Amino acid sequence: MSTTTAVQTAHLRSDGIRFEREPLVLGNPTHHDITTKIASIAEGKPTPKYLLALSFTAAIAAWGVGCILYTILIGIGVWGLNNPIGWGWDITNFVFWIGIGHAGTLISAILFLFRQKWRTAINRSAEAMTIFAVICAGLFPLIHVGRIWFAYWLIPYPNQMQMWTNFRSPLEWDVFAVSTYLTVSLIFWFLGMVPDLATLRDVVTNKVAKRLYGFFSLGWSGSMRHWHHYEMAYLILAGLSTPLVLSVHSVVSLDFTAGILPGWHTTIFPPYFVAGAIFSGFAMVMTLLVITREVLDLKELITMKHLENMNKIILATGMMVGYAYAMEFFIAQYSGNPYEAFVFINRATGDYAWAYWTMVLCNVVSPQVFWSRRLRRNVPVMFIVSILVNIGMWFERFTIIATSLHHDFLPASWGYYTPTWVEVSIFAGTIGIFLTLFLLFAKYIPVIAIAEVKAILPGAQPQHSHHGADAQSHQVKHSTGA
Amino acid sequence: MERTRKVTKSNIPPAHDAMEQRPVATVAEFRDVNALVAAARAVYERGYTRFDCYTPYPVHGLDRAMGVRRTILPYISFLGGVTGLASALLLQWWTGGYDYRLNIGGKPFFAIQFSVPVDFELTVLLCAFFTLFGLLGLCKLPTWWHPLQGDTSFRRATDDTFVVAIFSDDPRYTITDTEELLRAMGGTNVHVHTAPATQSAILQPVTTPSDEQ
Repeated sequence: MSTTTAVQTAHLRSDGIRFEREPLVLGNPTHHDITTKIASIAEGKPTPKYLLALSFTAAIAAWGVGCILYTILIGIGVWGLNNPIGWGWDITNFVFWIGIGHAGTLISAILFLFRQKWRTAINRSAEAMTIFAVICAGLFPLIHVGRIWFAYWLIPYPNQMQMWTNFRSPLEWDVFAVSTYLTVSLIFWFLGMVPDLATLRDVVTNKVAKRLYGFFSLGWSGSMRHWHHYEMAYLILAGLSTPLVLSVHSVVSLDFTAGILPGWHTTIFPPYFVAGAIFSGFAMVMTLLVITREVLDLKELITMKHLENMNKIILATGMMVGYAYAMEFFIAQYSGNPYEAFVFINRATGDYAWAYWTMVLCNVVSPQVFWSRRLRRNVPVMFIVSILVNIGMWFERFTIIATSLHHDFLPASWGYYTPTWVEVSIFAGTIGIFLTLFLLFAKYIPVIAIAEVKAILPGAQPQHSHHGADAQSHQVKHSTGA
Repeated sequence: MERTRKVTKSNIPPAHDAMEQRPVATVAEFRDVNALVAAARAVYERGYTRFDCYTPYPVHGLDRAMGVRRTILPYISFLGGVTGLASALLLQWWTGGYDYRLNIGGKPFFAIQFSVPVDFELTVLLCAFFTLFGLLGLCKLPTWWHPLQGDTSFRRATDDTFVVAIFSDDPRYTITDTEELLRAMGGTNVHVHTAPATQSAILQPVTTPSDEQ
């Protein structure tokens, strides 16, 4: 066993130089250190800086909520939507936020199934981000329906009108996809958190906090008989979330592809949307984690290795998205359909060319810096790129929606769309809601998966098991000063 | 290993006074994960059934060493998936194809093809619910009370201590032998956790349905 693990941990490069695998946790902390570290974040009094940040984001959120109420009160006429452009910032924001969520599920579920142990330090915050993003996303279709008080009509239920929802419409599929996604993500997130909440319950001294953590930890005791079921439940939920996350953005893309509009009616959309979602989601995780690890002093747990791995994923998915842009353009010309061909030429040269080229610059060009290892490990660079990707991915959705709608088949029905201050405010408001929720999460909920990080520390697992032996040899190598 | 234990009576004599302190369990702490697994195996092989290990994170192979039988949770989840799929098909067929037949663009009232997204989502949703509630059911959670909750070692099990506890209602439990076994296996701070007789009398079973042979 020891020889095989030695082969796994110390790779022999082609030039004969042995190099060590980078440790997942720096500074060799004990289990107790991890507990103390995370508990101290939850237990400490909120700093003035934190409160200032929280009130700032809460103010933006409140402004956004005010504008939502204004929209509901007056009607969606306060938006810039017109005929032919019936979908504008609202649906753009919906697709944008849903996409953001995808990285969380990817990190928590898909990387779990692939046994990527580096995910443990970042999965909790990424999953939290998923849930908050889906909450923001869900707002938009609800306001967009205009009469939000009838939004429950989207759900099939027996009613006095003797009517049922139309299951032939992708919009109805979306109701099921998004609500399932939110529910399953919540279950997955909460279940993953139960042992950590139990840890906090047993550590914190504040009476109210102890009660709350006690309530939400459901009486978790760390019993191995429970862990046995728990690990299976986690595996099943990861297995469920993986196809689920792929389905959600596919279904979102079907909202477009089922329409006959040129530029929407294409088969590339589901994989293209999923790749874009993961791309944008990782960018958002990066934006948040770069700040979080700095502010909460988590650099030993969220290491450069984590950031570098995420940058690699951003680069890979960015290339996929770039490929999709090119392929879309090519197929439009190759199809021989004049409407299809026109829409794409119009995207690149028409009224919304500025949006199109912003998208290309941000999504395709900017991640290319990550080919360099030095830039991949440079925090300011990755922060800037992640922001650019966020902007680029928003513009991608805007480009898809607005350009296809504003010039369709009949020149007589062409138009142009600009948002009003209300739409801009609502979008800003959702950013406020998202950041407020994330700030509250980062303070009061174990921001790192404590139990999972403990389980991957050197020597955490018994020698006979593969993981344990792997971790053991790690410890030996690093303590010998490699 | 052949283990015969169908003894139902506890070795501890009945209490005469409700406030009398009664042993709940013998508790031992472990620092080394390998010693923990060895101890769990020894306890299991001695024929103990009412014992448990408390760990801050899942320890690979410890469940096998303790003789925990494979969880039935996947079957529960599968049942959830089947329920979800069946209800999705029924819902879409009955509403669109039977109860409210509305011609929309000449599309069929019901077809497997267009039902796939909702079929999939409801399968996943119900499967997730069954997994969650199945897990809670198998672990008998949520609970407000644990027989060891007053024990300092036990409380540190969510932090950095591995704890083995052998409960006093185990047919093989005797204060001296059990303590000796745990000490011999390298347990530290081996002690008997006690509680007033009224509390230890309502000791909850720690074995879960899937453990029962």
